[in-house]
Formats: sequence, C-alpha cells, structure tokens
Amino acid sequence: MTEPRTGAAAGLQLVGGDLVPPRSERRHLLAVADLTRDDVERLLATARSFARSQERANKKLPTLRGRLVLNVFYESSTRTSSSFELAAKRLSADTLTLKASGSSVDKGESLKDTALTLSAYDPDVIVLRHPEAGAAGLVARLTDACVVNAGDGKHQHPTQALLDLYTMREAFGGLEGLHVAIVGDVLHSRVARSLVQALELMGAEAILVGPPALLPEGLAPATHDIAAIAGADVVYVLRMQRERMLAGANFVPSLAEYTRLWGVTPERLRPGQRVMHPGPMNRGVEIDPRVADSDAALVGDQVRAGLVVRMAVLYDLLTSGPVAVEAAVEVA
Amino acid sequence: MLAGPEGRDDVVVRGARVLDPVEGVDATVDVRVDGGVIAQIGVRLDTNEHRVVDAAGCTLVPAFVDPHVHLRTPGREDEETIESGTAAAAAGGYCAILAVPNTDPVVDDAGVLRGLRARAVTEARVPVGFLAAITKGQQGDELTEMAALADAGAAGFTDDGRPVVSAGVMRRALQYSAVADRPLAVHCEEPTLTRGGHAHAGAVAAELGLGGWPSLGESLIVGRDVDLAADTGRPLHVMHVSACESVEHLRRAHALGAPVTAEATPHHLCLTDDAVRTLDPNLKMNPPLRTAADRAALIDAVRDGTIAAIATDHAPHSPEEKEVPFEAAPFGVIGLETAFASLYTHLVEPGLLRLETLLERMSAGPAAIFGLDRPRIAVGARANLTLLDLDATWRVTRFESRSSNSWLLGKRLRGRVALTIANGRVAHR
Repeated sequence: MTEPRTGAAAGLQLVGGDLVPPRSERRHLLAVADLTRDDVERLLATARSFARSQERANKKLPTLRGRLVLNVFYESSTRTSSSFELAAKRLSADTLTLKASGSSVDKGESLKDTALTLSAYDPDVIVLRHPEAGAAGLVARLTDACVVNAGDGKHQHPTQALLDLYTMREAFGGLEGLHVAIVGDVLHSRVARSLVQALELMGAEAILVGPPALLPEGLAPATHDIAAIAGADVVYVLRMQRERMLAGANFVPSLAEYTRLWGVTPERLRPGQRVMHPGPMNRGVEIDPRVADSDAALVGDQVRAGLVVRMAVLYDLLTSGPVAVEAAVEVA
Repeated sequence: MLAGPEGRDDVVVRGARVLDPVEGVDATVDVRVDGGVIAQIGVRLDTNEHRVVDAAGCTLVPAFVDPHVHLRTPGREDEETIESGTAAAAAGGYCAILAVPNTDPVVDDAGVLRGLRARAVTEARVPVGFLAAITKGQQGDELTEMAALADAGAAGFTDDGRPVVSAGVMRRALQYSAVADRPLAVHCEEPTLTRGGHAHAGAVAAELGLGGWPSLGESLIVGRDVDLAADTGRPLHVMHVSACESVEHLRRAHALGAPVTAEATPHHLCLTDDAVRTLDPNLKMNPPLRTAADRAALIDAVRDGTIAAIATDHAPHSPEEKEVPFEAAPFGVIGLETAFASLYTHLVEPGLLRLETLLERMSAGPAAIFGLDRPRIAVGARANLTLLDLDATWRVTRFESRSSNSWLLGKRLRGRVALTIANGRVAHR
C-alpha cells in the first residue's frame, strides 16, 4: 500500500527559513539520566552566556520569537513556574501558564486528554509539573512537543539539579571533587534524587543526612548523624515535605525533635561552607533564620541561576544543537 | 465445580510430539478424539472422517489450568466478560480457569454465584470455576456462608485483592472451611507496611521516588497463615508469591507437613523491579515485581515443586485506568494469552526451567490444588489438549481479552498456542 508520492505535493518545495529547524535526537528533558556530562557542560555554558545578557538594560533576546512554551502546573509552585515563564519571555517565546485549579482538570479531565488538548495548539515546549511520578514521561509519549519535566511526584526535577550545579560552580569555580551534604527529607524529595545523580555525573560527591525513615537506601552514603555535614563544601537543606507524608506515618515524632536534631544552625556550620535550599523554606524548622539570611546562603543565587538555566534548556531543545549562543547574545 | 461448555467434537491430531510428563508419554503419534473423549493414541490412526489437524512439528500437551483470573464480571464488563475472558483463556491454551470474587457485587452469597454459573454455561468458551469470598464484602470481618456457597458450586474461597487482616478471622475461616470442604486461597499483605506502596521497597523505588511495598509486607502474612494452616490442619493456597522470604515460609510449611500450596505468576517469574524504571503502568502489579534474588528464588521453588502452580492473576484494566502516571494507575496486568509463551521464552529457552516442569505447573499442579480433574493424554480421558508450536515466533499485538494492559504488548515471544481443546470441544484454533 505504500506508493511512492509522485503527486503534485511531492514536488512542492517549501522555502527554508520559515521551516521549523530539525529537532535533535533528544527531544525531552524528563530526568537527569537523559543527560550526558557533555550535555550538562553545554547547558551550563549556555546559561552563563545568557547570564551576561541579563546584565543589560534590555534583557530580551529574539531567539525563540514565534515559538510557544506552555507551562502546565498541577502542583503549586512559585519559583519554578515564574522562572520558566520569565525564561521563555526573555527569549521572546509566547508563553501560557496553566494551573490545575480553575481549569478543566477540576472538571475531571485526565492528564492524557489535557495533553492532547494542549497539543492541538502545536506548542514547541510543554513544561509540566505533576504530583505523580512518570507524568512527564506519559505526556512526552502523547505529544509532538518537547517536554520538560518541572517535577513529577517524588521522582525527578532535572532543571532544579542543573541550576544547583550552576550555582555551585559559580561559587566554587568547579564541580569535580566537591562534597555536598544533603540534609533532611530525602524520601519525599525529587530535588534530592535529581541532584544526587547530577553530582555523580559531574564528579562531585553527595552524602545524605537525616532521620532514618526519610533516607531511602541505595541512593548515596547516608547517616542520621548531623555531625557528618562537617566535611561538606555545600550543605544542601531540604524542606520537610509535610504535604507528601501520609497521616500517621511517624517519620519523625515531631517537628521540634526534627529541628533539634537536624536543623541547620550557625553553630553546626564551619567557615567556608555554603548553604543551599531549593525553597520554599520552613524557617526555624529545617533551617535557622540566621543561616538563611547569612552570606553563606546561596538561595538568591539559586533563583537567579534558575532563570538562565531554564533559558538554556529551552534554547537547547528548540535550536538544532549548540549553535553559537554567544552570537545570539551579541546580535541582541 | 466447573461451569461451561461440554463438547463432543471428533478430531484427529496427526503427527505431533505428544508430551504428558505426568502420564509419562513422550512420542510422535496421532491422537484421535471421539465425541470429546480421547479414543485412541497411536501411529497412523484412521481418521474415521474426523476433522484432521496436521500437527507435524508441533507438541501436543495436556491443556492448562489457571487458578487465578479476574473476569471483572459482574460490575466491570467493559474490562472483561465471562465470554471474552474465557476466549482469552482458550487462546492461551487453557481448558479451565478459576475466577476470583472481587467483583461488584462481591461473590459472597449463593445467589450471585448461581447467577454467574448459569451465565457461564451459555457464555463461556472454556469451563470456569468461581471462587467465593472468605468474608462478607471482602471486608475481613464476618465469614461468608461457606457451606451454602460450596453447595452452590464455589470452587474455593478467597478475598483476593485484599488480605484477611485479622489473624483471628483467618483462623476461624480455616476452621470453618472444613464444613465447606474447599481450600482457602490467600492474598498475603500486611496493609500497615504496604500503605502508599507502588513498587518493591528497594533500590529502584528509592531511585524513582515511588512509595515502597516491602517483601516483609507479604512474607509476614505468609508466615502467619502457614502457621494457622499447620495449626488447623486445613488446606491453604498462597496466591501470587513474590518474595524469597515467602518461599522460605512455604518450605518451612512443607517440612512441617502443613497442607500449604502456592502459585507464582508469569510476570514475577520473568521480570524484576528493574523493569519499573520505564514507569510504564503495565509494570505495576500487586504484589510488585521484586529483585533478581527474589525472581531466582521463585524459579527454584517452581522447579522443586515448593510452588506447584503457575497462575496468571489475569487482571484486566481499561485504557483510561492505565493511561495515567504510574502512581495513579491501579495494580494488575493481563496474562492468559501470553502466559505459556512468556515462560517458554524467558525460562525454558534460556535453560532455567525444563519444558516438562513448566507443563506440569501449568496444568496438573493447579488442578490438584483445587481438586479439579487433571487434564491428561490417555485413552478414555476427556479431551483437554493444547497444541503448541514451539518454533513459532510471534509479536503480541492484539488480544481476545477486552483489555490490553499487558507488559508484553509489542514484544516478540517464542512458542505459540495453535489449538486448544477444552472439555471435548475445539475452543481455539
């Protein structure tokens, strides 16, 4: 039944320039495991170029003009959704941010139908946050758009890991051999899962510190002893994710006990250590306010890195390979 | 105990390797079926104007028996019916299946059971037995009227899909099952350990951020129920064993002489939790896929008879239930149409299990546990025969089942069911 197409349509030549550029082999960013070390190096270098463009009065680049980036958020988010939206806007793409509440999701629409409906707008990128692991993978199978996982359940949050790497590299000059202690609720943290893999990929080391029931086995060396953070260059503090904990699960007896044993206080830090937190912070629970407001904290740097790293991710997915980003920045 | 079609077909299967390990038959001969009964086995038999099946190069074996099938009827006929489920069974080489009672309504009274059996007589493609619930509504509190259910034709009792949480209720159920004279089949799960669990509690679940369903969640209850069976002396059948710790409890039971039997599924025998990395909802089962060590222990147990039956736990789910993120998907996969080929491909061909052992565990083993007639290739026996083309390679693309939630969809398998004769009737060709 497969006849060669010899009709008029086959002879029709489309004019270059208006065509969508050929898409690279890797169309999605679903997990850190999708990335090679070279990919990470390229993305961080691209982000750095964009960071320079953000120092100018006119921060907008024409690179993705006419492209459509849909941000679909099934979970509340401040940092990630604003950062993706702004990243798309700084690259001149059209953006639309949809929240689950107040949409057809409230009327019982399935993720599959929402994905198919949004795909009808022919988006170039769908950025998805969802409370269940595998949601971004499911949407990736249903749409022609590039899918960026902005957090799926407790599974992965790859752009957070990239912005954390960027922040660490800016602060320490390199990643190889860096020691990172991840403190707190690792069990419920997609941030920790992505970060552990990303650190390993770049030759840095991670240890996990926290209550035994909140440290999944096999991810990285783990201990319940907070003294273990002494050897770290970076103390990465996780939020106690009370909303993901089943009632009565008894992961810790009380938040007060958690704070007493694992709260990151000035007394537990040594000079030269830097402190990171993916936000939102529970001040006075996992992190002492004096630490959060100190010069050791890189929390603001992380948010700034989030913008340029997400610009780099969108740029990388929508242009065919590492075209000279420097040129793009210069032209603007 | 079985309800369904009774056939009087006349067939000659010519030139197959006839293999019945229990009867000690292994020869290339013809088999003639007269009026649904095996009439003659020998070389170059007269056809008597019967339909002739040219089976040269194929293997004729006793048809399979599946002790664990979800027919989803009554209540979810969109997912499976008696007709579609038994058509799937016939396509998979089965001559008899047992349906579990976690339907809507639950099969916990004789009226519901009689209605199902009456429908099976007209709708089923192969004979079906129905297991009834151990407790009313499968709530784990009050025993069902087991004697009345047995009189109405219950093949046994199970709360499958749920555990009997209370040890006291389980003990009473075992004691009372003597009155009904039927075995109890148990789904072993300690709910306070498995709550929020979506995958085996191990390295893969830790990496993927999925809630863990630990091996202990199964084996604690297997240990408890094995002890209760030994104490009461009543037959207990452990369904879908998944963990090596559970296998140890079964071995302990057999050493004690307790009347305990067990089954394993094709997916637990073929896969490990490594497969869950794809987050494909068709790899989500209860109990979950476990580690390579667990899988090896299960294969050992099937080999040495500690696990005497292979059961599909055929669990149809609609596309709208399964086309969702992994954590939102219900547990369960279908298996009737791929059970033999998956086990032949993944266990027999790589040399992990002998073909003869597989055939016994898919037929005589499960039949004996539930007191069903053993399918056998012998003159005078009802014809329950499956013809296998062991050289055929095929791709899993469509199903007789109304559902397609198979972990094998799109995959290639070796070994195909060419013909099924169930209770004297050609049920699949």
